[in-house]
Amino acid sequence: MSRYRKIFNRVLPAIFLVLFLSNNVDSYAADGKALFKANCASCHKVNEKFAGPALKGWKDRVPGGDWIYKWIANPADQKDPYATKLMAEYKPTIMTPFPQLKKEEVDAILKYVDDWVPDTPVTTPGAQPEGSNDSLLFGILTLVLALIAFILLQVNSNLRKLSDEKEGVLRTEPVPFYRNKTYLMAGILALFLVGGYYTINGAVGLGRQQNYQPEQPIFYSHKVHAGTNQINCLYCHGGAQDSKQASIPSVNVCMNCHKSIDKYAGPDKLIREDGTPVDGTAEIQKLYAYAGWDPTTKSYKPDSNGDGVPDGASPIQWAKVHNLPDHVYFNHSQHVKVGKQQCQTCHGNIQEMPEVYQFANLSMGWCVNCHRETKVDFYNKDDASGNKFYSIYEKFHNDIKNHKMDSVTVEKIGGTECQKCHY
Amino acid sequence: MSKKKYWQSFGELNHTEAFQESTKNEFKEELLPLADLDDKGILDAKTPRRDFLKYLGFSTAAAAVAASCEMPVRRAVPYLKKSDDLVPGVANYYASTYVNGGDTISVVVKQRDGRPIKIEGNELSSITRGGTSARAQASVLDLYDNTRLRYPMQKDGKGFKEVTSFDAFDKLVAGSLLSTGGKPVVILTSTVNSPSTLAIINEFIAKYPGSRHVQYDAVSYSGMLLANEACYGKKAIPSYHFENAKVIVSLGADFLGTWLSPVEFSSQYAQNRKVTGEKPTLSRHIHFESTISLTGSNADDRYTHKPSETGAVALAILNQLNGTGASFSDKRLNEGIKLAADQLKAAGGNALVVCGSNDSNIQVVVNAINEAIGANGKTINWAVTSNYKNGIDADMTKLVDDMNGGNIGALFIWGVNPAYTLANSKKFKDGLGKVISVSFNGTMDETTELCRYVIPSHHWLESWGDAEPKSGYYSLMQPTINPLFKTRAFQTSLIKWSAAAGSQITDYDTYLKTYWTSKLGSVDLYNKALQDGVVEPAVMPVGTATFSNAKVAEATAAIGSIKSGKTEVVLYQKVSMGDGSQANNPWLQELPDPISKVTWDNYVLMSPAMAKELLGLDVMNQEGGKQSDYEVHPEKPVVRVTVSGVPPVELPVIVLPGINKDTIAIALGYGRESANKEETAVNIGRSANGAGKNAFPLVGFNGTNHYAVSCTVEKTGNLYPLAQTQVHGFTESRPVIYETNLGSYSSNPEAVLEEVTKEKEMLMAEGAKDFVRDATIYPEHEKPGIKWGMSIDLNTCTGCSACVVACTAENNVSVVGKIQVQRAHEMHWLRIDRYFTFNDANHDNVDVVFQPMLCQHCDNAPCENVCPVAATNHSSEGLNQMTYNRCIGTRYCANNCPFKVRRFNWLDYTGADSFPDNQNPMIEGKYMNESVLQMNDDLTRMVLNPDVTVRSRGVIEKCSFCVQRLQESKLNAKKAQDPSLVRNVKTACMQACPTHAISFGNVNDKESDVFKIRNVDQKHRTFYVLEQLHVLPNVSYLAKVRNTDRHIGVEEAHEEKKEGAKAHA
Repeated sequence: MSRYRKIFNRVLPAIFLVLFLSNNVDSYAADGKALFKANCASCHKVNEKFAGPALKGWKDRVPGGDWIYKWIANPADQKDPYATKLMAEYKPTIMTPFPQLKKEEVDAILKYVDDWVPDTPVTTPGAQPEGSNDSLLFGILTLVLALIAFILLQVNSNLRKLSDEKEGVLRTEPVPFYRNKTYLMAGILALFLVGGYYTINGAVGLGRQQNYQPEQPIFYSHKVHAGTNQINCLYCHGGAQDSKQASIPSVNVCMNCHKSIDKYAGPDKLIREDGTPVDGTAEIQKLYAYAGWDPTTKSYKPDSNGDGVPDGASPIQWAKVHNLPDHVYFNHSQHVKVGKQQCQTCHGNIQEMPEVYQFANLSMGWCVNCHRETKVDFYNKDDASGNKFYSIYEKFHNDIKNHKMDSVTVEKIGGTECQKCHY
Repeated sequence: MSKKKYWQSFGELNHTEAFQESTKNEFKEELLPLADLDDKGILDAKTPRRDFLKYLGFSTAAAAVAASCEMPVRRAVPYLKKSDDLVPGVANYYASTYVNGGDTISVVVKQRDGRPIKIEGNELSSITRGGTSARAQASVLDLYDNTRLRYPMQKDGKGFKEVTSFDAFDKLVAGSLLSTGGKPVVILTSTVNSPSTLAIINEFIAKYPGSRHVQYDAVSYSGMLLANEACYGKKAIPSYHFENAKVIVSLGADFLGTWLSPVEFSSQYAQNRKVTGEKPTLSRHIHFESTISLTGSNADDRYTHKPSETGAVALAILNQLNGTGASFSDKRLNEGIKLAADQLKAAGGNALVVCGSNDSNIQVVVNAINEAIGANGKTINWAVTSNYKNGIDADMTKLVDDMNGGNIGALFIWGVNPAYTLANSKKFKDGLGKVISVSFNGTMDETTELCRYVIPSHHWLESWGDAEPKSGYYSLMQPTINPLFKTRAFQTSLIKWSAAAGSQITDYDTYLKTYWTSKLGSVDLYNKALQDGVVEPAVMPVGTATFSNAKVAEATAAIGSIKSGKTEVVLYQKVSMGDGSQANNPWLQELPDPISKVTWDNYVLMSPAMAKELLGLDVMNQEGGKQSDYEVHPEKPVVRVTVSGVPPVELPVIVLPGINKDTIAIALGYGRESANKEETAVNIGRSANGAGKNAFPLVGFNGTNHYAVSCTVEKTGNLYPLAQTQVHGFTESRPVIYETNLGSYSSNPEAVLEEVTKEKEMLMAEGAKDFVRDATIYPEHEKPGIKWGMSIDLNTCTGCSACVVACTAENNVSVVGKIQVQRAHEMHWLRIDRYFTFNDANHDNVDVVFQPMLCQHCDNAPCENVCPVAATNHSSEGLNQMTYNRCIGTRYCANNCPFKVRRFNWLDYTGADSFPDNQNPMIEGKYMNESVLQMNDDLTRMVLNPDVTVRSRGVIEKCSFCVQRLQESKLNAKKAQDPSLVRNVKTACMQACPTHAISFGNVNDKESDVFKIRNVDQKHRTFYVLEQLHVLPNVSYLAKVRNTDRHIGVEEAHEEKKEGAKAHA
């Protein structure tokens, strides 16, 4: 399975690249797409009802003028009949206000919605996973060659023995190959090397959990949420840009959307790793149990014992997938906000995972390699581009100017030193 | 070249044999468990080969088992409903107020994931200006103290039983109050300076007519309060302005350590002790005292006298101001009095005299002196009073009498522990049995265990509240965690028990909000006040009070009749322990006393002269002998101190210079003990259990006034071990301190560091100019971006030790316990070295210098070169990095460190090693104290800083320059794309410092404080410790400048050399 995944992972970016190039009509629409994904996609879909109404065809439904801008800026303030009707329909959820969106940005989103056409599956030649594996072939070849060499050696020794007999040279009885000290030594050495290699690798890997895929209390599919429904990662994992921890969303964040989405009717079939199908609607019911939400009355259960939460509600005990040792300090916001890394760089193609597994091995070597190769957003004094923090690295500026170096990697600013992660 | 000698111990001063022997082996260790190998072969040893194989086999098996265990499933549990202002992993800061007794410090509480983990000073407070004290820093640990009471209780036979609900408790108390038959209810508290609490108390008293509120301070200032009433007609303490005083004379007032409001005074004092500009001015600090206090050791000139002579000294100063010379038998003291009077007179009102005595007659004379020098209205401000201590001792005496006389119905006790702190506690305990007693204290202390009802109050970190440390200056308190246990605010109880039926307000939270909203005018202003933590007038009003000298003659007569004894005892407070209310705080117990460097105990301080006479310890003798053993071994001789009328106290002896030869000194706050001694560890706590002896019974108080206590001291022949951190790291006579006096510095600022500059030049090849590059064969570390650096001003460091506790809290530094400190295993990353130095041939007068010592982050670090596994190495930001998970514990680095700042985890102090009950054998084998375990239970561990690794056994650790804070500040600067934000970073020690003696920043940034100090403002005073070794430290120090006429520093050397030559001849 993991091998297919690797191949899949290699192929996927190619697919995305093709998709991206073919869809990239103009930059304005692309902006609209980005804005839509970042702000709207967690609740709206273009052509179907989700936590909020489908956006396609909005022009025909909404009152004219600048109603739409007012609505987006602050939905709760709109008291006209259409607004009242919308609110009644989606009660108790009210759309989040977006006062920060500029008029041009709203226009871009709406243009994206208007121009949107359903995706047709794109297949690209060469994207088919290749079934064959070279290493197996090489292995067999090596074995065959080793066998031939062994036979030839035996033949050679027999021939020498015959010729010696013919010439009358006296020779001691030859030892069989399995008692030949040279062979035995070679065999032991080979065993030692191979055994040592696996022992050391095994020891180094102790405590690492690559491909770890625990069973979660709720079958939560990132594929459905982040993949098909295009919900921005930061909508749920907001800590990734503010904090050390990306943080798993609290139950009230789930309920933002799931107050109105109580059935699973998506296009993806929900299938566990072992092949058993999953009933998405039942999984949503589990969420309701944790949240203390009564789906029939569409409201939270009362809080009769006064502990501040609805009766029967309890936090979800997710199984933690990515575990770092206690002596490692890792900060998400450093990587996401400052380093502008994609989530996928470390977590793999999370939007394709029905159940999350650990993509990278999270070893120190893996971290350090990336720090060696990744370039920082270095400040360019001439055009004031890049992160201004790095303007303090006077020496590197001069070196770049004098063409002694062409870019600054994380390692150059101390990114591989012990006390960047261990303290 | 002969240098002035700075020394830490008498052994170092005199080069005794035992001292030299003790310094040979840096790690004074036997190797465990193969301790007895010596030089014999392994088979001849007591622990033979078989044992070795057992250990080998066990550790291999254990490692295999530990390694092959399956990875456990870890759970990540997000909130059910997360509040908007909480981001897991990001700390929130809330302004609040540390209140303990009357001590009040405005603070900011760092709260991480719902847990308060660190106390910082509130820089918006104009009183403390961001400073804190050791006790305020440590109080966060008290929140997680396992001995805190968990629910309301009532007496049940000898023990207590839980009262299931607050309502039931209210009914019980209400029923009891009805049965008092109209006898008054007395509310006994420490000084309360919370305006809302006082209002609630008054409402309660109105409901129960005849009741009263008695404020009682364990260490009271009633002598001052009464003297002020006599002289100024106000039973209050004015505001002092040390920052306006050019001359400060203190008569035994430890105003930098423990007297009244040390954080405030330290901050004011330091403003006049900073050396700035070409022609610097400094305040002149002259100190008279009997023992050697923290403040005394910071003085420019210091004189000692017997405690009973305090009044006479005050009178002599007053007379000297009028031209009459003093006539003590001690000539030096007479000179000191003349000097003080002359300086005071010359200061033209910019002078201040303070006195630590609790004798109202002496305080009357001190008031007269202040009046004579014109301090009233200049350095003494009567427009704003200090409300730290209001207790009048006579009120307490009356209360105890009334209780015993059956005139009191019920006694409510909140925040005081008279059964322990009262000199005549037996009478109080007897009286307590005759009243209905309700304790609101948070722990089962000596008083609470005698009470009938117990309803624990919140810890201050769980409380709403307010305080008025100075009149018109308010500081608010807000909770930073939900109450951990079933506790209720004292004020809420009073409201519930006194509120009229149908009252709207039934709890203190609402009361406080209503109170402040109406006081400030709106909810918004209240919220702003909560956010700032302080409400203060824009400009401090200044005013005088009219002085009446009517009582002076009477006071003079009273002082004249004070009797003196042959030997007298001074009771003092330590900066760590205070009055003992935080005695179960292991951070405070393990904090070395700034002068004696002793942890975990109190003891008798005495002068070398008395030690020689009484114990035959001639510590000043260069020939060696018995005193050598006294110093290098933890076991100290025990003496019996007898004061008439109270049982004798037996305590070990610490000999210190600078103490009056007829005086002994004992610290208060130790010897906490439950009525049943066996229960001390459970009720009062494992750390307080067995720490020292109670000295409160020795307090001299005749019911109305305090007096100096005479005693007899006898040798017992017993020994008692004291855990002293002093001389665990010493200097091998290398110069580490530079010091001069103001006159020399002003005339030639470069002279102070002349010698070291010359020495550095000698290290370089001819023609070489750059010491950094040319005096070594090692390559230079590049620092392309940031180079962190610290500067510590020896002039303003008072030795108060707030930084040490702040460092402990910030960096999860482990507590090792008394036995381990005895073995020099203390883990403090930051210590304050105390050096003595004599300034005259007769050794009459000793000067003290404090030097905070932490990892110097050398750019050419000796530790880095010797690590076999490169666990310590250098960063491109100038940090000497220590990587715990790579360290294998060879300790080569600690051996090679010239500053001795690397600490080794000899045992599993933190419980960080993977096996449960790992520490038990160590406790059973008496290698470790129970108090270490106190730090390891789940409740106490909530105080740990989650950004710093908890170190396990077998690794070296040391100061990291608070790298977690540096990383955070860089991250914030990167996020905001603004490098100047890095200038805001503060290390924990720097933040805690009340005198702002520590500066920290990026030396590559020409706008940073540290760059300016080193290269512009203070370039003549900047030195690096042992810089002539070419270790290139990143911590610089500023040489100490004393404002005195005495010769200080190098100039003295020539005279000493001459003497030395004579002695040899």
